[in-house]
Amino acid sequence: MSHGKGGPSHAAELVQSLKAAGFNFFAGVPCSLLKGLVSILDRDPDAHYVSATREDSAIGMAVGAYLGGKLPMVLMQNSGLGVSVNALASLTTMYAIPTLLVISWRGEGGNDAPEHILMGEIMLPILDLLKIPHRVLSANEPIAAQIAWAKETMLAKKYPVALIAPGGVLE
Amino acid sequence: MNKMEAIGALMERVSDDTLVVCCNGMIGRELFTAKNRPSNFYMIGSMGLGLSIGLGLALAQPSKKVVVLDGDGNVLMGMNALASVGSERPANLWHVVLDNQTHASTGGQRTISGQVKLEDVARSVGYRSASRAEDKASFASALDRAFAEAGPSMVLGTVEGGTLKGIARVEPSPPELAALFAAEARR
Repeated sequence: MSHGKGGPSHAAELVQSLKAAGFNFFAGVPCSLLKGLVSILDRDPDAHYVSATREDSAIGMAVGAYLGGKLPMVLMQNSGLGVSVNALASLTTMYAIPTLLVISWRGEGGNDAPEHILMGEIMLPILDLLKIPHRVLSANEPIAAQIAWAKETMLAKKYPVALIAPGGVLE
Repeated sequence: MNKMEAIGALMERVSDDTLVVCCNGMIGRELFTAKNRPSNFYMIGSMGLGLSIGLGLALAQPSKKVVVLDGDGNVLMGMNALASVGSERPANLWHVVLDNQTHASTGGQRTISGQVKLEDVARSVGYRSASRAEDKASFASALDRAFAEAGPSMVLGTVEGGTLKGIARVEPSPPELAALFAAEARR
């Protein structure tokens, strides 16, 4: 199964919805599936997007920003979820820090470059093992409602929450 | 200089409203024993991420002073974060590194900071200043100089290895620590 291929990018709508919901700290490591999102954030001086060098470092920054009063979002390719497992297990979840993760879905359905196939298959199980609530972003539902679910869930549970971006939705 | 002397020299110079983010390992337990305060964040897992946390905090709270108290093992593990600090260049961030060339909390195995000068890395990636101090007096004056100027700067103090016997672990639970610290950081 493949989600959201084709159709216009919802990256601008996502950024507007994030800002309207109060998200005000943005950091991450890019993915081609997130290129629209990264380029909008990177040229927006209000967003002050931090181009991190590793995904776990971006999560560390998000934790610091949250402690300082910001509402953080971290974007990454799903390969970066592998890099981030310990940061999620022994920092974000352990200290009860709400963080929104926007994670691209390379390797979805097994149709991708070889390096993405296994992570594409095990990404959602990894999130389940980390007890991180997640939803696949849908182009057929208002983006604001999906952001609202993520924000409410992460604040209520004091835990990270992931929105998964399949190909097309945020390119 | 031993680590407790170095931590003492640092905390004498840290104002009440300065936020201190402390790396995991023995340094956190030593800071907890030497001078616990709600404005200390003790990172007890996620080795290597103390500087990233300090950077996010410094960007979120530009009017507050942020000190990251780090060890050589942590700096080496999260060396990429030095580049982020050099790129973002927050003026309110000071990076204090206690270098004993060992992973103290896992049994004193060697690190490679004897071969790699961490203050040179900091300078190369764009910190405003970086210095190395080999004894107590020069560490104290290096801290005074660094705190008198804008960051980001690194003060690295070389310290003796070894650990204090029976030193306490950080007591509050991680969510309690985060809540206490956040209340100070947002004040």
